[in-house]
Amino acid sequence: MHRRALITALAAAGVALAAPAVHAQGAAARTLRFVPHAGLSSIDPIWGTQDVVRNAAALVWDMLYGVDSQFRPQPQMAEGHLVSDDGLVWTIRLREGLMFHDGERVRGADVVASLERWMVRDPMGQMILALRQELSAPDDRTIRLVLARPFPRLLFALGKQAAPCAFVMPERLARTDPFMPITEAVGSGPMRFRTDLWEPGRRAVFERFAVYVPRPEPPDWLAGGKRIAAEAVEWRAMPGDEAAAALQAGEVDWVEAVPPDRAPLLRRQRGFSVEIADPMGAIGALRFNHLHPPFGDVRVRRAVAMAADQQDYMRAVVGADDVLWRRNASFFTPETPLFSEDGGEVLSGPRDLDGARRLIAEAGQQGADVVLLAATDPAPVRAMTEVSEALFRSLGFRVAAEPMSWGELARRRAVKDPPGSGGWNAFHTFHAGADCASPAACTAIRANGPDAWFGWPENAAIEAEVAAWFAAETLAEERAAVARLNRASMAFMTWVPTGLFLSYQAWRRSVAGVTAGPMPFFWGVQKS
Amino acid sequence: MVAYIARRVLATIPVMLVVAFFVFSLLYLAPGDPAAVIAGDQATAADVERIRASLGLDRPFLIRFGEWLWRVLQGDLGVSIFTNLPVSHMIAQRIEPTTALMLLTITLAILIAVPMGVLAAWKAGSWVDRAVMAFAVFGFSVPVFVTGYLLAYIFALELEWLPVQGYTPLAQGFWPFLENLILPALALGSIYIALIARITRAAMLEVLAQDYIRTARAKGLGTGGILFLHALKNAAVPISTVIGLGIALLIGGAVVTESVFAIPGLGRLTVDAILRRDYPVIQGVVLLFSFVYVLVNLAIDLLYTVFDPRIRY
Repeated sequence: MHRRALITALAAAGVALAAPAVHAQGAAARTLRFVPHAGLSSIDPIWGTQDVVRNAAALVWDMLYGVDSQFRPQPQMAEGHLVSDDGLVWTIRLREGLMFHDGERVRGADVVASLERWMVRDPMGQMILALRQELSAPDDRTIRLVLARPFPRLLFALGKQAAPCAFVMPERLARTDPFMPITEAVGSGPMRFRTDLWEPGRRAVFERFAVYVPRPEPPDWLAGGKRIAAEAVEWRAMPGDEAAAALQAGEVDWVEAVPPDRAPLLRRQRGFSVEIADPMGAIGALRFNHLHPPFGDVRVRRAVAMAADQQDYMRAVVGADDVLWRRNASFFTPETPLFSEDGGEVLSGPRDLDGARRLIAEAGQQGADVVLLAATDPAPVRAMTEVSEALFRSLGFRVAAEPMSWGELARRRAVKDPPGSGGWNAFHTFHAGADCASPAACTAIRANGPDAWFGWPENAAIEAEVAAWFAAETLAEERAAVARLNRASMAFMTWVPTGLFLSYQAWRRSVAGVTAGPMPFFWGVQKS
Repeated sequence: MVAYIARRVLATIPVMLVVAFFVFSLLYLAPGDPAAVIAGDQATAADVERIRASLGLDRPFLIRFGEWLWRVLQGDLGVSIFTNLPVSHMIAQRIEPTTALMLLTITLAILIAVPMGVLAAWKAGSWVDRAVMAFAVFGFSVPVFVTGYLLAYIFALELEWLPVQGYTPLAQGFWPFLENLILPALALGSIYIALIARITRAAMLEVLAQDYIRTARAKGLGTGGILFLHALKNAAVPISTVIGLGIALLIGGAVVTESVFAIPGLGRLTVDAILRRDYPVIQGVVLLFSFVYVLVNLAIDLLYTVFDPRIRY
């Protein structure tokens, strides 16, 4: 086989092996007390895909690759890889010295079993699964993947930050049914999970794994050296207001999500840093049901977009702090490499309520009934739903806003029946900005009919552009595909982006090294 | 008496069965889907369905109820859908803070409210009486979370006398244990104090109007003796009844108080479980609360015989 050598970071890995394990240094050896945005109630990142589980899992488990802040996959557990000229055969080599927390070495068989479990649950994994002809471990440090067709996004899939991530577990755990939770939290990541101290939903303790060998590169999101300075990290879950008060009182060190109205108070006091937690934030979404009128008609969907004012939505979500939101005439995340606003004039131009009403009349849907699923939690969803209810009324619809919990909405949105028979017409949600940096993890962008996300949009032009992005081999090709995809999605108005909103995180000045990103990164964080 | 206690204990069995059936039915009928929560926002309907099936949530009501009841009868409350941990283990992890909070609240409430009620009755119509009643109305009207936030703001954030949140187990020292519970107990106890103070006052007023009180006074007995040895003992039956009934109030209040003060107790466990639709945990905790409530009321009934020897079972 003629091979194109793409071994990456090999020399650097050698340096890593020679590097001493991270040792506690003076005051930095203390426990870092962190308040996550939600309590940790599960520890299986494949079975349960909530962000808080992913964030905890990133401490416990490692990945073959990890994306950096430019969304480029970099080797993490992998020493490097080889790919055949036809792009069908991938050979990934594990770096030396990888150990699980139970003292066992990480083997190729562990990786194979872990990827097999992950592929069942992850949308990109399912694409790989469909192309897979062989996935095997010829020896303890080698993984071989043979595909039926080239899949240029493979490394990105293995290293992406969107849940579920391709974490590597011991084979005995990875053989668990992907629809059942694992029973132990044994990984090879930089921290061990103390199951004995776990109080589900309230407290979780992670202890530095002394044997862990970080990569030599500087840390950058999930890439680079994951050097843990603290001896232990303790997660204490509590509501936002209590967390802010606890931070003020010195009872915790770092709060992942600070309520917007608490931020000015903390800023006025010395000793605290208050910064944007994740510059990519979250994109609000008004999701339509394409199966039933009135939103089955593209003219009605575009009419809603013509009338919707993102400022109304975002101020309802974040209040008066204009730092915390921005307009976004795109389905993708601003300031990310592929961002495009092509075709977004319908959202960025002047609001046209009269034009919207005319378009609805033209579609014959004036005064149509609209069942709006109105989740009363989480708060951003509730706020956006209230704005949409008023908007729909102003457009002449007869709106039935049905209040319910998010759990109930999650069940109800899967119902395809007509709105009058238990179905629905619209609901609000939001998508993590980091997930919307490309079509890979943003399943909401898809328009593949019955297989699409809730609302089941169907549009061949959109699907063609999604496929074009997956097939793209250069950044320029990717950008062009995403620009066309945004234009096609705006024309079809799959759903209405209602703006980008951000949130604050805060920490005591005695803590250094906190970075902004789509998840809290503990490597490099020190407490004096 | 022993036969009575045995009868009452046996009577708790059908009560608990009814509670079990009611709780199970309520959760079965309530909207929401733990499988959808587990699967996450990006999951397909097929994924959600597979998780639902793996959890056994797609099976008929009676089969699920029967299996659950059989396990409960064997002392097994099941396994949490989310954590995969036994419900009994999760309850054991959380029971200490809630028990400590409730015991301290009850103790504080009785120590504060009963003397207040006695004082108000003794000084009926005076400014003392009015002040006590005004306090009672205030305590009963202000929601626990408002009282909690106010106390935390004043005593924790401004004066920095006590911690804002959290819980320290008794094993780590008595003062650290107590300082975490003072504010929550006062917040939770405010309604309870108001309730007991009002009932004590009313019961004492009735007793103080009795002939034997006048006789005691005529014999030259001191005020303290009359109030606390004679009157209070005879007023104790309605007071103890209210204290017992108030346990339900405390359980409800503990849910809120534990959230406000971030105490890792059963209240927060219940709220978290309800939000996630973690059915086995909700069922286990509600069963436990019901059982405690039944036992407390049995204890109160038995206490009647101590306060009033005329009562026989």
